[in-house]
Amino acid sequence: MEIKKTSLNKLHQSNNAKFVEFAGYEMPIQYSKGIIEEHKFTRSHSGIFDVSHMGQLFIYGDENLTEELEKIFPLDLKNLKQNCSKYSFLMNEDAGIYDDLIITRIEEGYLIILNAACKDKDFEILSKLLGKKFKMNLDNNRSLIAIQGPKSVEILNSIIDGVDQLKFMTGNWFDSGNQKLFVTRSGYTGEDGFEISISNDNAEKFVQNLIEKGAQLIGLGARDTLRLEAGLCLYGHELDTNKTPVEANLRWAISKSRLSNGGFIGSKKIMNQMQDGVKQIRVGIKPEGRLIAREKTKIFNDADTQIGEITSGTFGPSVNGPIAMGYVDSEFSKVNTKILLEVRGKKYPANVCGLPFYKKNYVKGVN
Amino acid sequence: MSEVKFSKEHEWITLEGDVATIGITKHATEMLGDIVFAELPEKGSNVEKDGTAGVVESTKAASDVYTPVSGEVVDTNQAIVDDPSKINEDPEGSAWFFKLKMKDQSEMDGLMNKEEYDKFAKESAS
Repeated sequence: MEIKKTSLNKLHQSNNAKFVEFAGYEMPIQYSKGIIEEHKFTRSHSGIFDVSHMGQLFIYGDENLTEELEKIFPLDLKNLKQNCSKYSFLMNEDAGIYDDLIITRIEEGYLIILNAACKDKDFEILSKLLGKKFKMNLDNNRSLIAIQGPKSVEILNSIIDGVDQLKFMTGNWFDSGNQKLFVTRSGYTGEDGFEISISNDNAEKFVQNLIEKGAQLIGLGARDTLRLEAGLCLYGHELDTNKTPVEANLRWAISKSRLSNGGFIGSKKIMNQMQDGVKQIRVGIKPEGRLIAREKTKIFNDADTQIGEITSGTFGPSVNGPIAMGYVDSEFSKVNTKILLEVRGKKYPANVCGLPFYKKNYVKGVN
Repeated sequence: MSEVKFSKEHEWITLEGDVATIGITKHATEMLGDIVFAELPEKGSNVEKDGTAGVVESTKAASDVYTPVSGEVVDTNQAIVDDPSKINEDPEGSAWFFKLKMKDQSEMDGLMNKEEYDKFAKESAS
């Protein structure tokens, strides 16, 4: 299959991007300054991320749609106000995670942002579940641009007046020139920031404008170190169909009102796990010293029994040390539990730690 | 000191008497990106030509460091273990990896000179 390109591909090239294939797309892993500089620039200034490979699924409908979606997602959608967003999951009957996503209630229905590698399958699953009752559009004509970091609000507001009024995890349509943009205050870096849905034709010019105002392009490499420092899950690593939201330590994302009555796909398993506990659970892990423990690194207790596995591990540029996340047997999940990591045949000490590794700077608001 | 020679695994090597100094090339660091971890062989250990003699990790991935010649490790550069970013800053100078007491200097013969290596690196990168 031919590799897909986003509407910003030429702009990436002219900014000396190093490309990788990611979920069938040619995406920039880094630009000339490198992952550490890009990471730090995002934390101190403002980074631009091309996340156009992600799915933008518009589902149109009224209260009937809300009712149908409540059978799928563990959310209290009836009480979700227009323009408010929630983090959620698409699950199978065993509460295994097909995808993690952000769902926003819009005037016309819902907008769901899906992972690139999962979006086509998600569309298939949701189409089957919803039947033909509602118009669905996995919109390939729109790009998705994230701008993240403390200077982002000032930069974006100078282009789209009024975005500074958005609270965290809310969004709205904005007019800029003669185009309609959907802007949410959200992101996946642990910083204040926005995601902008914009037509493909206007995306490059829009990003050039952001660059002129002082923001810089940031690749997927830094996006990964940023999200890991923020303790956020990445699909295919922390999450997959063999993991449930309870095991992934994401029970906060399940609406309390839905836990008593269930009625969503996977609810039985989730309610059981909430009651009985889980065998393994996701934790933060800090290796001692400078050792980096990457995905698939085996985790042991001091009796030499394997108790888990790393799902993501790297060097955290803002933490200035190695960081990781993984699943361990629940009895070893307490903060400060000493564990051992097997790297290149030797075992090295590490500690279970709280998440995030790096303190969040979200702009809080009522939601 | 001898002319700098290069291996296909992107190490550089110089010889002074029977002691070789070995590091990774600038080209290698550019391919790796920001280096955040380095592991070196133990002093006093013996390493074999083309065998692994260390590890470097960038933010992206781990890579083995090979030795282009055999010998006994007589010195290692602790400064790059303490601050691996030095490897990106000065890979072919102060950020050498280890020094070997060579047994068989003819092992140097098959290595590339600068011009040959530059050509090799350019071709292997494309």
